[in-house]
Amino acid sequence: MFRQSSWDEPVIFTLGRPGRRGHILPEVEETVKEVVGDLGGLIPENMRRKNPPKLPELSEPEVVRHFIRLSEMNYGVDSGLYPLGSCTMKYNPKINEELADSPKLGMLHPYQDERTVQGVLEILYRLERWLAEITGMAEVCLQPAAGAHGEFLGALLMRAYHNHNGELSQRRDMLIPDSAHGTNPASAAMAGFNVVVIPTGEDGCVDVEALKAAVSEKTAGLMLTNPNTLGIFEKNIDEIAKIVHEAGGLLYYDGANLNPILCKVRPGDMGFDIVHINIHKTFGTPHGGGGPGAGPVGVKEELAKFLPVPRIVFDGKRYRLDYERPHSIGKIRSFYGNVAVLLKAYIYILSLGFEGLREVAEVSVLNANYVLHKLRGVEGLTLPYGEKTPRKHECVFSAKPLKTKTGVSALNIAKRLLDYGVHAPTIYFPLIVEEALMIEPTETFEKEELDRFVEAVRKICSEAQTSPEKVLKAPYNTAVQRLNEVKASHPQNMTLSWRMHLKKRAATNP
Amino acid sequence: MAKRCHPYIPNSQLQTKKEMMLEIGIKSIDELYADIPEKYFLKKPLDVPKGSTELEVKRHIEALLSKNKACADMPIFLGAGCWPHYVPAVVREIVQRSEFLTSYTPYQAEVSQGMLQALFEYQSMICELTAMDVANCSMYDWASALGEAARMASRITRRAEILVPKITHPERRATLQVYAEPAGVNVKEVEYDRETGQLNLNDLENKISKETAAVYVENPSYLGFIEAQVDEISRIAHAHGALFVVGVDPTSLGVLKPPGEYGADIVVGEGQPLGNPMNYGGPLLGIFACRDDPNMIRQMPGRIIGLTTTVDGGRQGFCMALQTREQHIRREKATSNICSNEALCAVAAAVYLALLGPEGLRELGETIMYKANYAMRLLSKIDGLKAPVFKAPHFKEFTVNFEDAGLRVSEVHDALLQRGIHGGKDVSKEFPELGETALYCVTEIHAESEIRLLAEALAEVVSAGRRRHV
Repeated sequence: MFRQSSWDEPVIFTLGRPGRRGHILPEVEETVKEVVGDLGGLIPENMRRKNPPKLPELSEPEVVRHFIRLSEMNYGVDSGLYPLGSCTMKYNPKINEELADSPKLGMLHPYQDERTVQGVLEILYRLERWLAEITGMAEVCLQPAAGAHGEFLGALLMRAYHNHNGELSQRRDMLIPDSAHGTNPASAAMAGFNVVVIPTGEDGCVDVEALKAAVSEKTAGLMLTNPNTLGIFEKNIDEIAKIVHEAGGLLYYDGANLNPILCKVRPGDMGFDIVHINIHKTFGTPHGGGGPGAGPVGVKEELAKFLPVPRIVFDGKRYRLDYERPHSIGKIRSFYGNVAVLLKAYIYILSLGFEGLREVAEVSVLNANYVLHKLRGVEGLTLPYGEKTPRKHECVFSAKPLKTKTGVSALNIAKRLLDYGVHAPTIYFPLIVEEALMIEPTETFEKEELDRFVEAVRKICSEAQTSPEKVLKAPYNTAVQRLNEVKASHPQNMTLSWRMHLKKRAATNP
Repeated sequence: MAKRCHPYIPNSQLQTKKEMMLEIGIKSIDELYADIPEKYFLKKPLDVPKGSTELEVKRHIEALLSKNKACADMPIFLGAGCWPHYVPAVVREIVQRSEFLTSYTPYQAEVSQGMLQALFEYQSMICELTAMDVANCSMYDWASALGEAARMASRITRRAEILVPKITHPERRATLQVYAEPAGVNVKEVEYDRETGQLNLNDLENKISKETAAVYVENPSYLGFIEAQVDEISRIAHAHGALFVVGVDPTSLGVLKPPGEYGADIVVGEGQPLGNPMNYGGPLLGIFACRDDPNMIRQMPGRIIGLTTTVDGGRQGFCMALQTREQHIRREKATSNICSNEALCAVAAAVYLALLGPEGLRELGETIMYKANYAMRLLSKIDGLKAPVFKAPHFKEFTVNFEDAGLRVSEVHDALLQRGIHGGKDVSKEFPELGETALYCVTEIHAESEIRLLAEALAEVVSAGRRRHV
């Protein structure tokens, strides 16, 4: 049975004792001190720090023990199945970590002379080419730090394109399906567009008639995920592309769900003009509990001139950074991207190769459909939209019947799954499925682990019928039991730092 | 040889595949792709690699990386937003723990207490460093954090302009522009004093108005000097109803007054030097903090971890707080689109700060100041060099001007590189009014001998240049 470690580990500020040290620096050389003299005079009086920061004071073993204990209260993809829909939690190869830890990268400065960084530029240049090839785009920019950052860049590129054509003031509408990831409308709004929601048809695909009615001379573009968040391929993509392009809009591909079509079909061939790729999903780099990821953006030829500077160029002999791009939108961050992450993606592609990547896609789809098949017919669960349509990387069940009958919701199922040593699926998303359980097993997990997951879901659904109160109070085997998330955000209790905690405590016990 | 099962894909084993297909009721995986129009399927293999074994990959990557010349190959005196610092071994050990490394965003709080607590501790340490009350658990980098700060200030004040010093990092300035423009926020520059580099307060007074949402300064500034008029700038900003936004290099905060003590409303900065390698400029770690003011907190971008208890109240725990600001709940009305951030870099920073503690951070700041000032003293003794350009105290970076030596920065750079030293960043195109000027950076990783080596090399370069010109 699964039991997560449950250290009663205090907040670090309450550990240690004044005077303990976890790391000491080399003494400043005497020569330096002699030449410089007293430091006091080097900082203006009003700019000196008078109150030292109240950081904890711990020895090295105490720091190590604290964070190791914390790590033991965390669940990663190396711990077990992590079927978070649309998050593509796949295995992160260890060799990638080992190689990316090189001081030849770690201690490389972004402003170094190009002659001294040819190795890394070669890696980045080739990675751009491979990603362009895989997505069917002309050029790729590696700079965005995450998927949403890539979306923001994509929306800015649309802005630049319409502005270049003198149509920006008119093209204000970004069309986004109701099944889209939350980042799509947020990114479009950040780039200054109005969001127009397109409904999903009964087949689980974009309602083409509704799309036709929504496009106009105001359309900036359509942001689409394909396969979509139901795991269903947008089979009308040809017509969709035609409708958007004929209206003068651009077609944006949200790459969160690229995994199941790798080296099978390409967004570029489906008519997409802009693509972002979630490196930390599709290309096997670890998600780190919320980043760092990377969100490269690929574009068709006519949009390439708008990409952020610098572009990496190769003259056949040397790689170089090119800033002379008069139409560039400028910068969306400092430097060139999350290079350490991108290196791991380079290694991933190198390791798997064309055949391997195709195998990744096919097995991810096989796994998703296997889980779907095994869960179909479980009492309390339904499979909304396109009953007969094969899913790609993920499948979305609804626990609405179960909730109606037993009171056990998707959230409760998720929490109870944790007791089985399985991470929960994504829940309550996409928004068009009530009590959604969005399951993406990825290619990483073996049949036996998938069977265990299916068995756990079956047991929970049956437990919901017989002893719902047991499920409602789950989880039991995790580091802590159900947390009060409402309290965490309530203005009265809201404690977002240790300093706020101390302030609140002082206010209640003066 | 029969096709081998890929080590990363267990179900690529043929028998397993067959069993699963049988279960589903299909004869081929192609059937699962049958709904995709035939015309889209690739007709030939793509121009990507063929696949390699681990051993082959290792050889390939090591050969490529060995083409780079990094800090161990030559002393490098570059900073400007990404800085070489020592990363203690403990930091690497913790961030490589696969429970942290391979976890997703902590949506399921009960199995993610480790990451949540570590991020809460990171937020809390950033608050202590900056003397602010609330910090989020990271932005992509300083530049994007500044862009978000401008948008947040505009939402809070319902004004549409941010004033920034003319001496701001050009990449941050460019990023700010790109973030601000779609929100209708204008970016205006405030002049600086040519002698000292300090913000020109008259110009600030002239430019600030009822339209000004925020006044921004960087401390230490992009060109390394300390902006000492912060109390006055804060007063001016607040007198006009604008917010005061301060950008920081956190390694300075063991010795420099924290922005929270001089009136900052929002603090942004670059957390990379706290335990994160440079990695050729990424990943970085955007710091973002503000005051304990509900109107500000509600407008903050990014993930924030909060302290809570279990439902039965029996135990303390952590979870994501105020998610209703975020894109997955609020969609187009979210305060930002940010989702994945730089969480693991934030954990690295928390471990780093826990190791250093208040004493270590002071030691770090003092060591850096000693060494940077030592470098300035040695360089300014060289006839024809001016270091620093501005008459002001500097922290870890400083400008070196080569005009009086009759040299261009590019010539000096080439000559140094030939001698196995990487000089500072050429800023003469960014600030033409400063002439042939480079920005040098010295941290605790630079030994006295390396600084001396730099000074000796520069002296040689200058005298060789002089002989050539005579």
